[in-house]
Amino acid sequence: MSWIPTPISRFFHRTSSPPHFYALANRWLPWLTALFLLLLGAGLYGGLYLAPADYQQGDSYRIIYVHVPAAWMSLFIYVLMAVMGAIALVWRMKLAEVMLISSAPIGAGFTFIALVTGSLWGKPMWGTWWVWDARLTSELILLFLYLGVISLYGAIEDKKAAAKAVSILALVGVVNIPIIHYSVEWWNTLHQGPTVTKIDKPSIHVSMLVPLLLMALAFKVYYLIAVLQAAKLELVRREASSQWVKNLLETKL
Amino acid sequence: MSFEQFLNMGGYGWYVWPSYALTALVLLINCLSPMLQRKQLLRQLALKQKRGQR
Amino acid sequence: MSLTTAFFAIIRRDLLLAFRRRAELANPLLFFVMVVTLFPLAVGAQPNLLQAMAPGVIWVAALLAALLSLDNLFRSDFEDGSLEQLLLSPHSLSILVLGKILAHWLVTGLPLLLVAPLLALFLGLPQAAMGTLWLTLILATPMLSLIGAIGVALTVGLRRGGMILSLLVLPLYIPVLIFASNAVDRAASGLPVTAQLNILLAMLILALVLVPLPTSAALKMSVN
Repeated sequence: MSWIPTPISRFFHRTSSPPHFYALANRWLPWLTALFLLLLGAGLYGGLYLAPADYQQGDSYRIIYVHVPAAWMSLFIYVLMAVMGAIALVWRMKLAEVMLISSAPIGAGFTFIALVTGSLWGKPMWGTWWVWDARLTSELILLFLYLGVISLYGAIEDKKAAAKAVSILALVGVVNIPIIHYSVEWWNTLHQGPTVTKIDKPSIHVSMLVPLLLMALAFKVYYLIAVLQAAKLELVRREASSQWVKNLLETKL
Repeated sequence: MSFEQFLNMGGYGWYVWPSYALTALVLLINCLSPMLQRKQLLRQLALKQKRGQR
Repeated sequence: MSLTTAFFAIIRRDLLLAFRRRAELANPLLFFVMVVTLFPLAVGAQPNLLQAMAPGVIWVAALLAALLSLDNLFRSDFEDGSLEQLLLSPHSLSILVLGKILAHWLVTGLPLLLVAPLLALFLGLPQAAMGTLWLTLILATPMLSLIGAIGVALTVGLRRGGMILSLLVLPLYIPVLIFASNAVDRAASGLPVTAQLNILLAMLILALVLVPLPTSAALKMSVN
């Protein structure tokens, strides 16, 4: 990594050492939590109270404020996992492995939220709980990809090998996601039933858009909080016999 | 707007509120479960260390 | 030994091993036919219904048959230690892996072409679609072996990798399923299928180029 200036590479080296990262996470978490609550409060107030009801969908459209940000996050986290996987494979950075593993359940959670809220939104709009709509179908496949990552990591007992396997799988998955997405989209245009998707509308009023963006930001900050919590657990688990965890235990006792 | 009206969500309350409740539940679980697991793990490790010292 | 010699030596060895166990060779074929036979029994034998479902049923059965046969790809080599020898060889592992995948396809993918006419007959697929069915099988079954190889390489070290293998591989098979069954479907209605076949060909080339890399990385991980 000679092309990276020394101070920067030193910074990364230091931050990526587990005890340093652990302490850093502890310092950041209160601030992140405060920021999350602030964004969440503003987003919910704007979305549930200030924004007017939709002229076509009434108040049911308010599901958008959890559905769409969750769907965005589900894709974003998978791409991030693939980036972490590439870093873990190329530079053998242990912290990247930890972040990759810690992200998977959070991403699966967002995918699950996007699916169920999509279905809850679909019921009043389409009249049924499930429609083979391109986006719901893609989201379902994405959930399978997440579950594949999680169960592969769980199945391999040697966690070093498991982390490597999962890094490879995340990269393979991210190459396939656009292919799957476009083929599902194309498939959907062929088999589209008589129902019309009312969910996506090209234009959205500012009073509806601002809370949506606030909620999207809140979810991003939530992801940081959750991933730091999961990474802390994973670090303690991996380095249970190391000196810094022992020091940590002593300060706690 | 009264509180009942707010809860009713123009007749869509049974779709809107479960969506928000489920989201809150999943987000809470994903954040709290690693915290609790780590606390438990640290407690176990501390116990082991104490035994080792004796 | 040059790389080409090694490549063909691997294919010859795998084919030889496969022909020594001829009974196992027929298993995926038998499975393919049996799965298709289940559908008329389950949904009823109305010719219209069967004909409409035929492309999808044949392709889902092909996917499942490929999935079932994947385990043979690296399993026995992993167990008797010859996979380790393969990793130690001085030649590019990606090329050797490609040889193994090719041999696997010759043994499990290509024979599906033989029984395809029988299944088309069972389900009442129009004669006009037969050529397209063969073409899609030729273009798409290699992809099933290629994509599956990544999954097998990741799970070969596990004692019970079968369930996880299907969880890893089936979502990645979806584009193949969509385009292949749609091509057959269109051919049955007498519509042109060049676009679908071109897309399948493009995906096959992409898979040929990209698959050996993660597969060899995963094999190294599994053997260590």
